[in-house]
Amino acid sequence: MKKSILIVDDEPNIVMTLEYTFKKLDFEVFIARDGSEAIQILDTYTPDAVLLDIMMPNIDGYQTLEYIKSKDNLSHTKVIFLTAKNRASDMEKGLALGADKYLTKPFSVKRVVAEIQELLQ
Amino acid sequence: MSNYFIIGIIIIYLALLFFIAFIAEKHAKSKWVNNSVVYTLSLAVFCTAWTYYGSVGIAANSGIDFLPIYLGPVIAAPLWIVILRKIIRISKQHKISSIADFISLRYGNNRFLGALVTVLCLLGIVPYISLQLKAVSETFQILSLENNYVATSIFDDSTFYIAVLLAVFAAFFGTQTTDASEKHKGIVVSVAFESVLKLVFFLVIGVYVTYFLFDGTSDIFDKMSQTENFKSLYSFNGFENGFSWLYTILLSFMAIFLLPRQFQISVVENVREKHLKQAIWMFPLYLLLFNVFVIYIAWAGNLSIGNPDVAEYYALLLPLQNGNNFLALLVFLGGFSAVISMVVVSTLALSTMVSNNLIIPYGFLDKFLLNHPERNARYIKNIRRISIFFIIILAYVFYVNLSFYSSLYSIGLIAFVIISQLAPSFFIGLFWNRGSSKAAIIGILAGLAVSFYTLIIPLSIEAVAGSSFFVNEGLFGLSHLKPHAFLGVDYLSVPAHAFFWSMLVNVFCYLVLSLTSKGNYRERNYAEMFVDSRNYSKLQDNALVWKGEAYVTDIKNVLQKFLGDERTERALRLFFTKYDLPQDTQMADARLINFSEKLLTGSIGSASAKILIASVVKEEEVSLVEVLKILEESKETIANNKLLKDKSTELLLISNQLKFANQELVQKDQQKDEFLDTVAHELKTPITGIRAATEVLLDDDDDMPKELRQRFLENMLNDSDRLSRLIHNILDFEKLSTGRSDLNLGRHNIRETIEKASDSLTQLAANKNIKLWSTNKSDYYLKYDEDRILQVLTNLISNALKFTEPGKGNIYVQYKYDNGYLEVQVSDNGKGIPTEDLPYVFDKFYQSKNQNIKKPQGSGLGLAISKQIIDNHGGKIWIENNAKSGATFSFTLPFVK
Repeated sequence: MKKSILIVDDEPNIVMTLEYTFKKLDFEVFIARDGSEAIQILDTYTPDAVLLDIMMPNIDGYQTLEYIKSKDNLSHTKVIFLTAKNRASDMEKGLALGADKYLTKPFSVKRVVAEIQELLQ
Repeated sequence: MSNYFIIGIIIIYLALLFFIAFIAEKHAKSKWVNNSVVYTLSLAVFCTAWTYYGSVGIAANSGIDFLPIYLGPVIAAPLWIVILRKIIRISKQHKISSIADFISLRYGNNRFLGALVTVLCLLGIVPYISLQLKAVSETFQILSLENNYVATSIFDDSTFYIAVLLAVFAAFFGTQTTDASEKHKGIVVSVAFESVLKLVFFLVIGVYVTYFLFDGTSDIFDKMSQTENFKSLYSFNGFENGFSWLYTILLSFMAIFLLPRQFQISVVENVREKHLKQAIWMFPLYLLLFNVFVIYIAWAGNLSIGNPDVAEYYALLLPLQNGNNFLALLVFLGGFSAVISMVVVSTLALSTMVSNNLIIPYGFLDKFLLNHPERNARYIKNIRRISIFFIIILAYVFYVNLSFYSSLYSIGLIAFVIISQLAPSFFIGLFWNRGSSKAAIIGILAGLAVSFYTLIIPLSIEAVAGSSFFVNEGLFGLSHLKPHAFLGVDYLSVPAHAFFWSMLVNVFCYLVLSLTSKGNYRERNYAEMFVDSRNYSKLQDNALVWKGEAYVTDIKNVLQKFLGDERTERALRLFFTKYDLPQDTQMADARLINFSEKLLTGSIGSASAKILIASVVKEEEVSLVEVLKILEESKETIANNKLLKDKSTELLLISNQLKFANQELVQKDQQKDEFLDTVAHELKTPITGIRAATEVLLDDDDDMPKELRQRFLENMLNDSDRLSRLIHNILDFEKLSTGRSDLNLGRHNIRETIEKASDSLTQLAANKNIKLWSTNKSDYYLKYDEDRILQVLTNLISNALKFTEPGKGNIYVQYKYDNGYLEVQVSDNGKGIPTEDLPYVFDKFYQSKNQNIKKPQGSGLGLAISKQIIDNHGGKIWIENNAKSGATFSFTLPFVK
């Protein structure tokens, strides 16, 4: 079955690269430019993984994660933070909220792919 | 008029006075009794028969010489605010009831000094009272038909009965309470009433004489100017006369403070300090009114009667001569009023002094300690009553035996010279804390001795024997010792000469002895309190320095003897409550000693109070050093308290400032953290984009479409530009804020600069369908760095673009001249800035959460850089939210040459 992934980031350039990469790996790819768009998509779809930025306007990454954790139908969805916030405290907070992985920018595309594939096995 | 008729009038008049006094006592708290008018009128007790009759006498014989005796009080009146208020304040705090008490307390409750002042006052005032009696007697005789009648024994002398009646009046209303420092409202109000009568009647006779007997003032003056020696009557006569004026002014100046009756009325009977404020102008006015007609009555008398021997009674003789008996009776009653008020108040004051400073401290103290309180109160009252009768009888005896020989005027002056001996210890002691009791006593005694030698003895000898070797040739025939020309000073009048020498000796003794000898601790203690009376009210009971051992019960026993059980209990309860002490306190402290002395002072005088309290306590001698130390400490405590209070307010202020600064710091710190995150984010974002794209392109196995590859490369380029822009901004801001960037100033037209800025953004605005308006067409040339101002304008306009909604947005750029500055405004109709963010808009790294676009694109430095640029130009930049919608950024640039 085709795996699906939701990419949440407000930087079009980054989104473009990730979208290209995952589509090439035959993922179904959803794009959201901030937390509120992400929530809208999650109300309709149940992606296998969510790549989540933290610093976004309106609803940020933390709030989006809380929303995901509150939804029963999303209990199997893996959440990976992909953020410029690289302080230890930020990482702890992200993991404490229930994120499955915490990756920091700038990232290696290969690494992101590897982490996601590992999580989805 | 018949004797019986006059006596009938006198009795009716006295009955009226009794009635007024009685009503006043009954309504002692009414505002009709306690006001500044009554206070001022009662002060007019200063105007005695001497004023009423004597002034006319002097005016008739020596012209305007009658004036200086009133100039002294007029000069003194403004000073009351300073001097009299101080005296009143001290007296009220210590329940002082006479000038003897006042002086004795100033010098440490000195018993001997109090007695000395009392004796001196008796010496000066008793003859003065007898003068008043003489005036009554003489005017009575003038008025009565039996002109040649001379009393053969005191029992058929009407003056004797009048004197007795006055004594009854004074005794009845003067001794209602044992506490002599209590007010005597009955006496005060009747004195005020009499003051009105004597003034009105004197004015009536003045008008009658001037306008009915003569044709007005100029008529009298014209007729008078045709007589001999006229010039001497209205002008000065050389040095002697000049000094005589000076001396009389000085004398009366002192008298208004020192005469026992003046002290009684102005200090003891003063209800409120503020009454002084009215009295300082009303009292001089009263004196002025009193003296308006003096000179005309005198000259009219000279013209119509022309007998210098009876000149004092012209006011009475003139209406009689013209058959106007009714007016003569009014004049008599006016003079009689002056006499009554003087005699009653003087005897009241003297009797308090005699009982509290002479009889009680020198004889009755031991007895009091054994008696019941009611009996003691009766004793004290009786002592005062007997004193009153004794004084009046003494005055009567003096009048019968001696006063025939002297005129009213000269005896009045003698009284003043004697009383003025109190001046140095009184006035100097009030302002100089070195003055000691020894100096006061010796100064007074020496001054008194000199005035006896130069004035009283020669006068007495002359009165009895006519003339004497002693007066003409001097003691032992030595011309330098001539009593009227001591050490060759022969150019002064007799009383002026006596005044000059006695004062000189008195002041000299006082100053020298004060400087060479130190008083005991108690003296220094009170000196300090009197001189520093303003702070004193704060020091209060603490001010008395006292060391020793005393039981509250012992002190209570003494108090009970005089105040009774109930008042004593109440007083002590108040005291303990005031100082927060337990009601069953066993040992007395200095405050209680001081408090108890004050309680007793009103009843038995300060010296006796001290002796009584000292008899039940074991007092230790306190060294002078200790006194000064304790006084300094209590003063310092007050000063320190104030200082501490000031300091703590200051500290509170500083700590508030610190708190505020700290909050600011915390906020700045948070802002810095947030910024660093933003900067990291902003730097990492393009790097991430570049890195990811590079990775994708590197791994590409040539199946990527060409246009996609193209877009990845373009993205990489954009991200690189963004990166360098951010770095440039940070460095730019750093340079501007540290002043390392110089402005490239030149003369430019603001209209053109704004056009340039708008032009560069028109396309961007058009893309978003936002309208950009700049309608001003005026040319303003001023000096600025055009590139920098362009940067500011571009920043503000592109900011506005970010905040306005596409399709509905309007942005206005306007400018105007405003008071030496050019003001430029950029306003939009967007969302505006959240109010809580307004203060931080220009802080570096601030980014609004309210932007329309999804991603904050700025570095957070645009406005901070703009502010720095405007600051560097000497202008101001600020932001306001518009009333309707959107925000307006404004900045000013100065017009400089």
